[in-house]
Amino acid sequence: MNALSIRNLRKTYNNGFEALKGINLEVEAGDFFALLGPNGAGKSTAIGIISSLINETSGSVSIFGHDLKTDRSKAKSCLGLVPQEVNFNQFDTVRSIVLNQAGYYGTPRKLALQRTEQCLKQMDLWDKRDTVSRRLSGGMKRRVMIARAMVHAPKLLILDEPTAGVDIEIRRSMWKMMQDVNQQGTTIILTTHYLEEAESLCRNIAIIDQGQIVENSDMASLLARLHVDHFVLDLAGPVATAPVIAGYQIERIGDKALNVAVPKEIGLNQLFSQLSAHNIKVISMKNKSNRLEQLFMDLIDSKPAEER
Amino acid sequence: MNYFIAFRTLVTKETFRFIRIWPQTLLPPAITTALYFLIFGKLIGDRIGTISGATYMDYIVPGIILMSVISHSYANVVSSFYSTKFQRNIEELLVAPVPNWVILFGYVSGGIIRGLLVGIVVALIALFFADIAVNNALITVTIAILTATLFSLAGFINAVLAESFDDISIIPNFVLTPLSYLGGVFYSVSMLPGVWQTISMGNPILYMINAFRYGLIGVTDIDIQLAFIITGGFIVTLTLFSLFLLHKGIGIKN
Ligand SMILES: Nc1ncnc2c1ncn2[C@@H]1O[C@H](COP(=O)(O)OP(=O)(O)OP(=O)(O)O)[C@@H](O)[C@H]1O
Ligand SMILES: [Mg+2]
Repeated sequence: MNALSIRNLRKTYNNGFEALKGINLEVEAGDFFALLGPNGAGKSTAIGIISSLINETSGSVSIFGHDLKTDRSKAKSCLGLVPQEVNFNQFDTVRSIVLNQAGYYGTPRKLALQRTEQCLKQMDLWDKRDTVSRRLSGGMKRRVMIARAMVHAPKLLILDEPTAGVDIEIRRSMWKMMQDVNQQGTTIILTTHYLEEAESLCRNIAIIDQGQIVENSDMASLLARLHVDHFVLDLAGPVATAPVIAGYQIERIGDKALNVAVPKEIGLNQLFSQLSAHNIKVISMKNKSNRLEQLFMDLIDSKPAEER
Repeated sequence: MNYFIAFRTLVTKETFRFIRIWPQTLLPPAITTALYFLIFGKLIGDRIGTISGATYMDYIVPGIILMSVISHSYANVVSSFYSTKFQRNIEELLVAPVPNWVILFGYVSGGIIRGLLVGIVVALIALFFADIAVNNALITVTIAILTATLFSLAGFINAVLAESFDDISIIPNFVLTPLSYLGGVFYSVSMLPGVWQTISMGNPILYMINAFRYGLIGVTDIDIQLAFIITGGFIVTLTLFSLFLLHKGIGIKN
């Protein structure tokens, strides 16, 4: 059964702006799914409709087979949402935010207390349980929202940019947490602007641009479509010009640095022997940009949203 | 789905909210009404004599209590729901499987509890100034609860429709307070010239105050049954309108 199924979803905001132009999307149960797209693409709009915060203009959504219109209560019970922006009461304590949310989902008091403790510990927030949420740092506030979304043990967890503005250590621990939760059987849909994050975590992916799905496939076959890898080479000594080597596109980007485009079918071996022949000694090498980033840029119009 | 747990969670949260800030919510009405009793009841009232057989102090106590119930039940819901909407934590309820009627009655219950609690505080203060033997406890309590319900609902609608903090103070200042004062808190409508009596009869608060006064001291300008019908009618209408607003997501959903 699909965790999420979206049919012909359209949204036109009151000001006439068409944020979703009829999208279709299926997310399998147990999946770790990436929903990507540039600013203003319509990701949060779609998530808002799925989580009953925004009224759709037309189309349908079903969560674990429960239609959001006709079987609302069951559909909602399956879903946990971590919104893009902080939306809890800034004057409440961390614990009461999470505990109240459990109550709204109908969790009996005793179980709610247990689940609250469990989620807060998992999010490393147990020490902060009595802190008024306004006094938390930005990263902590995000984790409060994750704990709140998980307190009723949802089967589908949607996280709208959970790692935005979070330091690397916490981001790593969030990745670990999301992987654990996913391994325990929870379906996860993640939006992020850090593409390496999507690449390393997610199995399937949809890219949305200007309210339309422009790509929807599994991560592996998407990445396999990339024919060229870009590398930056750090050299031992300075070079005056970029060497010319057949099959590769080489560009000098600094005294001791080269940028090389490597077609997949040719590979790296020849490159190094040829560079040695040119008397160029390579100290280290790194992937220039994230692979997914490349694809992403190819797929979407690279102009900022406002100009489109 | 167990909606009772959601309802209880909401009501508990709403109640703690105003109790936690009691110096802003429970103390001011105590002070204001003590001053009313002192100035209008004691200092001025002694020179006025009786109205319908009651001393002036006894006559104004019920109106002042009910006026506090009205303004506080309204204020509780309008400010709580508006800030919930403004801070967007209404989304916590919208994502959860909480039906609209649970949301509505959760907030309204918070308003009723605050209104009645303030009513009790004011009544206790009144005991220092007047000794009131309750004429009909059932009518007193029922009309107090119905009034608190009505104005909690009105506060809810105001909060749903409000788009700025200004919008939540317009109705209390320009509608509720004048209607309460003109609803016969300090006088009997029979003291007014004919045309003003007729106009006063269009003020719903007049009926509630008189019914409440009847419950407490047995004096009224109007028919008690009519008071219940009018209050009940308003409650039904405002409930339906509130549910309609929630159903459409007006003010809370895009
Ligand atoms: N309430 C609204 N009224 C009118 N237009 C809106 C409203 N909310 C969003 N939009 C528009 O809809 C489009 C999609 O917005 P949305 O928030 O879904 O984008 P997003 O993909 O989540 O972007 P980001 O990555 O920046 O979060 C944007 O152009 C935005 O300006
Ligand atoms: Mg967004």
